[in-house]
Amino acid sequence: MDMIGLLFEAPPLALQLVIDGVLIGAIFALIAYGMALVWGVMKIVNICQGEFVILGGYISYYVWQAGYPLAIGVPAAALALFLLGWLLYRTIIFRVVEQDLFISILATFGLAILLAQLMNQAFGADVRTADAGFGNWFLFDNLVSIAAIKLVSFGVTGIVAALLIWFMRRTRFGQAIRATAQNARAARILGIDTHSIYAFTYGLNAAICGAAGALIAMIWVIAPFGGLIYTLRAFMIVIVAGIGNLPGVIAAGLGLGIIEQFIGFVLGAQFQIALIFVLLVIILVWRSQLLRRRRKVLE
Amino acid sequence: MTRHLVRGFALAAFLMAGIAVPALAQETILLGAAVSETGKYSAEGMHTKNGYDLAVERINGMGGVTVGDTTYMLEIKYYDDESEAARAAELAERLVNQDDIQFILGPYGSPITAAMAPITEQYGVPMVEANGASRSIFTKGYKFTFAVLSTSDQYLSSAIDLAAEKATEMGEDPSALRVALAMGDDNFSQDVRAGIVEAIERHGMEIVIDDKLPDSFTDMSSTLAKVKALKPDLLLISGHDKGALTAARQIAEQQVDVSMVAMTHCDSADIAGQVGPGAEYTLCAAQWAPSLTYEDDWFGTAAQYAADFEVQFGYAPPYQAAESTAAVLVFADAFTRAGSLDRQAVRDAIAATDMETFYGGIDFDDTGKNIAKPMVLFQVLDGQYKVVAPTKWAAEPAVYPRPTFAERS
Repeated sequence: MDMIGLLFEAPPLALQLVIDGVLIGAIFALIAYGMALVWGVMKIVNICQGEFVILGGYISYYVWQAGYPLAIGVPAAALALFLLGWLLYRTIIFRVVEQDLFISILATFGLAILLAQLMNQAFGADVRTADAGFGNWFLFDNLVSIAAIKLVSFGVTGIVAALLIWFMRRTRFGQAIRATAQNARAARILGIDTHSIYAFTYGLNAAICGAAGALIAMIWVIAPFGGLIYTLRAFMIVIVAGIGNLPGVIAAGLGLGIIEQFIGFVLGAQFQIALIFVLLVIILVWRSQLLRRRRKVLE
Repeated sequence: MTRHLVRGFALAAFLMAGIAVPALAQETILLGAAVSETGKYSAEGMHTKNGYDLAVERINGMGGVTVGDTTYMLEIKYYDDESEAARAAELAERLVNQDDIQFILGPYGSPITAAMAPITEQYGVPMVEANGASRSIFTKGYKFTFAVLSTSDQYLSSAIDLAAEKATEMGEDPSALRVALAMGDDNFSQDVRAGIVEAIERHGMEIVIDDKLPDSFTDMSSTLAKVKALKPDLLLISGHDKGALTAARQIAEQQVDVSMVAMTHCDSADIAGQVGPGAEYTLCAAQWAPSLTYEDDWFGTAAQYAADFEVQFGYAPPYQAAESTAAVLVFADAFTRAGSLDRQAVRDAIAATDMETFYGGIDFDDTGKNIAKPMVLFQVLDGQYKVVAPTKWAAEPAVYPRPTFAERS
């Protein structure tokens, strides 16, 4: 608990944790938004979300290694992952969509294992990072440091999110996706090709993950078997925020980022990840109780 | 039709005879190994396999192994353990029971080695391993497991000793040094930690941060924020490749200034290449380095080994490959001294090993670990991993304290 005292003695430290948490949490929110999208539209819990993220990271890493500017990595990863997602839908996911939730969890879990192994074969097990050397800013006599790349990635995350909102609200295709999410049968009757919508949605989610992964390779490190933790974080955020609740996803993402930083500081790194699971349990219990109360009222 | 058949059979018989002739003339000793060709240890598994293969090729090229009056060639039967301990245990059973293999080379990694050791022990099959450094493997009283590498508790304790030595040289009191630890939550890293804590207690230093990095951690920035706030003198990290790379990157990013940063796995994570100038002055624990002055009759010097390895496989040998090669040399030496291929005789010969190799001295204590070879410390200097400790092999003196990031720019 000495650490809490330290935060009061030197408030800039708290600022450091908040800044790091927000900048990272934005990427968590982006991944979670993709998961919520697929969950809401297709009723599929996409367990291979984290593997998409890592694959996006590798693509941007190799684009960067090939001598292209780091900025190309994000669209390149998004595009490649969109194609992969679309292809996966057309070959595998279309068989499990509109079926029991459990079947889709199993199928995407299998895909997650397959993708991780394939990445391991293709890229090797070595840990990679795309360190562009963008430099850092320092505040409060060096006590607070902000990596420029984290700010850049925060900006990119914002742009991607804005594009997504515009796309979903304003375009015909976005409206078709939302119509399918509301009632797939009715959408079909009205002439929407729901399988095309599903394929596009799954690809879009993969593209979002790819972009997020490209950013993660630039600010952290990636390894073939490092995807699961991103799936868990996204799952946690979606559970907290609920499906189809964009402001909720953003708030929960940023909140998770900040809480992780503070827990790591106060209790130690060993509790930083454990906390995600603890929070998940607490929130699920709280939610189920809320639902039970509501049911009682209805009765 | 018949004529064709006859001709075909004749050809087949001729071909088979052609293949069989050298095989008959040359007896072979079959060694067995389960190495990770797929899964999360596949990169290290490949180094292990390459190390084994190079040793076998060299020994056979130099005429094989003489046991009594017979000369044998060595051959290795490999299985892929898929980086899973349970799978490796099954494969150990299979190697011994189905393939009738009498001598086993270790897999990659402590957890997998720990899973295979009880099985080789049960059947009384000698296993010489090169990549299981966890101390726990050597506290179980195994009689058939031998390791050529230094155990994990020795990895970073030398860094603490080095800091104490430097502090004394500078006229400071070593017991005034304060230490921050960020250690992985796995057997290996916790062994590393145990060794460090022993050294810290010996010098009377104080631990101010003691964080455990979970297996799935992705970020160290909150731990490093703590380091910046509490300003310890030494920062020690052990979290395999991911821990090394994450730490090196974020220390540079957050400009964490301490007198010493020491970690494991920084050469295999290539922090100098991937993080660049920000990784300068980091100390790295290693089992072996090509610049050491060890020698043997098979490979010559450590540097020659490194050169031969690079010609064969196209990359400089990490220590994981060198120690694997050394494991095969131990078997070759023991076969000759045992004068027979009886398992017990070979086991006793291995236990009595006292040899010099390009990888260092090899002399097993009663628990089966090698006590003749010290760990070395690299320091990243001008983007190169230079040996700075022990002093006997130091290419350059260690830079201590590290210049602050402000001084560097």
